[in-house]
Amino acid sequence: MTTLTKTEDASAPTGPESFLSVRDLKVTFSTEDGPVKAVDGLSFDVQRGKTLGIVGESGSGKSVTNLTILGLHSPRTTTVDGEIVMDGKELITASEKELEQLRGNKMAMIFQDPLTALSPFYTVGRQLSEPFMKHRGASKKEAKDRAIEMLTKVGIPQPKTRFDDYPHQFSGGMRQRAMIAMALMCDPDLLIADEPTTALDVTVQAQILDLLKDLQQEFGSAIIFITHDLGVISQMADDLLVMYAGRAVERGSAREVMSTPKHPYTWGLLSSMPRLDSNLDEALEPIPGAPPSLLTPPDGCRFHPRCAYTDLVPGNQCSTTRPPLGDGRASACHLTAEQKQTLFIDKIQPRLR
Amino acid sequence: MSDNLTLPAQQGPADTTTPETLLEVEGLTKHFPIYGGFPIKRKVGAVQAVDGVDLTVGVGESVGLVGESGCGKSTTGRLITRLMEPTAGRITYAGQDITHASRKQLAPVRSEIQMIFQDPYSSLNPRQTVGSIIKAPMEVNGIEPAGGREKKVRELLELVGLNPEHYNRFPHEFSGGQRQRIGVARALALEPKLIVADEPVSALDVSIQAQVVNLLQEVQKELGIAFLFIAHDLAVVRHFSQRVAVMYLGKVVEVGDRDSIYNHPRHPYTHALLSAVPEIDLDGEGEARERIRLTGDVPSPISPPSGCRFRTRCWKAQDKCASEEPPLVKLSGSREGHLTACHFPEEPTLQGRAQDVVMDPALKALEGDGAGKD
Repeated sequence: MTTLTKTEDASAPTGPESFLSVRDLKVTFSTEDGPVKAVDGLSFDVQRGKTLGIVGESGSGKSVTNLTILGLHSPRTTTVDGEIVMDGKELITASEKELEQLRGNKMAMIFQDPLTALSPFYTVGRQLSEPFMKHRGASKKEAKDRAIEMLTKVGIPQPKTRFDDYPHQFSGGMRQRAMIAMALMCDPDLLIADEPTTALDVTVQAQILDLLKDLQQEFGSAIIFITHDLGVISQMADDLLVMYAGRAVERGSAREVMSTPKHPYTWGLLSSMPRLDSNLDEALEPIPGAPPSLLTPPDGCRFHPRCAYTDLVPGNQCSTTRPPLGDGRASACHLTAEQKQTLFIDKIQPRLR
Repeated sequence: MSDNLTLPAQQGPADTTTPETLLEVEGLTKHFPIYGGFPIKRKVGAVQAVDGVDLTVGVGESVGLVGESGCGKSTTGRLITRLMEPTAGRITYAGQDITHASRKQLAPVRSEIQMIFQDPYSSLNPRQTVGSIIKAPMEVNGIEPAGGREKKVRELLELVGLNPEHYNRFPHEFSGGQRQRIGVARALALEPKLIVADEPVSALDVSIQAQVVNLLQEVQKELGIAFLFIAHDLAVVRHFSQRVAVMYLGKVVEVGDRDSIYNHPRHPYTHALLSAVPEIDLDGEGEARERIRLTGDVPSPISPPSGCRFRTRCWKAQDKCASEEPPLVKLSGSREGHLTACHFPEEPTLQGRAQDVVMDPALKALEGDGAGKD
């Protein structure tokens, strides 16, 4: 990591009126084995009413990024560097008290596993009412009305009686609906959904995804949607960020990234994933090797040990220099734009048809 | 795959149209009793996990078993490997009835039916070396391959794409994908004729998944092993299986060759399942796929709906569905071997409909009268 030059400084993308902007975010955990750079120089923007999809494998730093935005990391073992600005407010330096006023109010989170994210000791209704009473100063009665309204909106049958039920009395899909209702109680401007449908069955997943899309239209929140499933992200996201080993490797609108991907890792993901309409005569093309350990990440481009195209780059750039991720539609790769285009058209695209 | 294969290709990959039957399952049933009451606990009900499943697997054939969680697909796998005792029904393996066979009777069959488990972390003993894990099935069955067991293990390691030098390492030294390869090597150690793979890739990352799917596919084709591939991921199953059975609440609702199930399904549930799979929009223009959104979750298998079990979530359900259980039969217009259990089957096409089927009340309310908006 010695040759790391500072990339992506404050000049990264500037959207029209980005509601949340993250600049050069670095998150390091200190562990017994040494520091783990879970996120290393990440910048992105989210606009109001839009969905940013973050896609990556386990350990790519996508969840850590979002826990950091909410300030849910452990301050003892974590060092955070960079800037997170939401609606003109800097979040990294904000005090715990300030964050408390934002969490559940202006920003809310939907977790992957609703059974562990909901408390088993309190009724669903009480857990829904609490943030509303705290942030809006509402009375118990008002909060209950609001909770029932939200439960109805997310499609929980008999919301009046269900209000007094405990989470274990809900099925998996209903629990996730209750989580969404809870996140939407205070009409948040930013909603972070961390793998919200990974634990669900496909038919239920389809319901929840549609529900999130419809609710976003109604509430106009900005959504950060984290997943490892390219299919889900393709349905949900307006913009897309592909992460690998703590860094963003490709960014663009979801449509652009899916139809003309530019980074070898994105190519690898797309051609290794079986699809319902893929050509069955072609074997899947897996990415060789395994994701690196973040204790000792590879120098230069972190994907280079698994990349098939490093010999097309002059010198040892791939293993020495970190490729920068430009503004807007960009990919962090040393290959030239023409090389990427020819490679994609000749080698990757035929496989995806 | 290494070229010094020592496993003999048993009968080779059989003709896919009429393969000789290796495994036949009829009316397979497993009910787990529920005990309750005080002070004397007695049986108060049963979880009808598997309730009358018919299935055949040919020699060298790969059959996919798909369904949502709780539909009984894993239990079916465990019943077939006889890790569980069936409540009723019949399992015939290579002409031999093994439904209630004793340990002794099963011994010779056990080595021919092997299993690959879902979780590569909990299915390998952390205190044993890779060598002893893979060697164990040979020791248990008293098999002494030519050249010794250790040589065989090293060949197997190479076959599944691991370094034979890893013989003395422990499972924790390997990544998830590599551990799953160890699981595959162990399943291959006895040169089985049938492998039941229970969600073998669902615990793995996307980029690793493809590696293991390809490995299994090579093993299946080159060694001619029959596979029962149990998974919830329809795209993975499509890639791997020649025939596919769709399960819902303990029953097979539709079975057929791959093309019939994925391109010309008849059962409403299969339609709903396929339409729910989120697809990557590669060319940037959404194609006209049908959109079906079911309501709620799968009902409890403790008291499943009467008649057709899917009727509570089905948009075509009528009175007949509640009173009469639809048999699994070939419908007119379906291909040979394509069986569907439905009174009111769908058209065999996946083209977009004039109107989306939206059963979910919340979506209906938000979208206005269930009319599709996108």
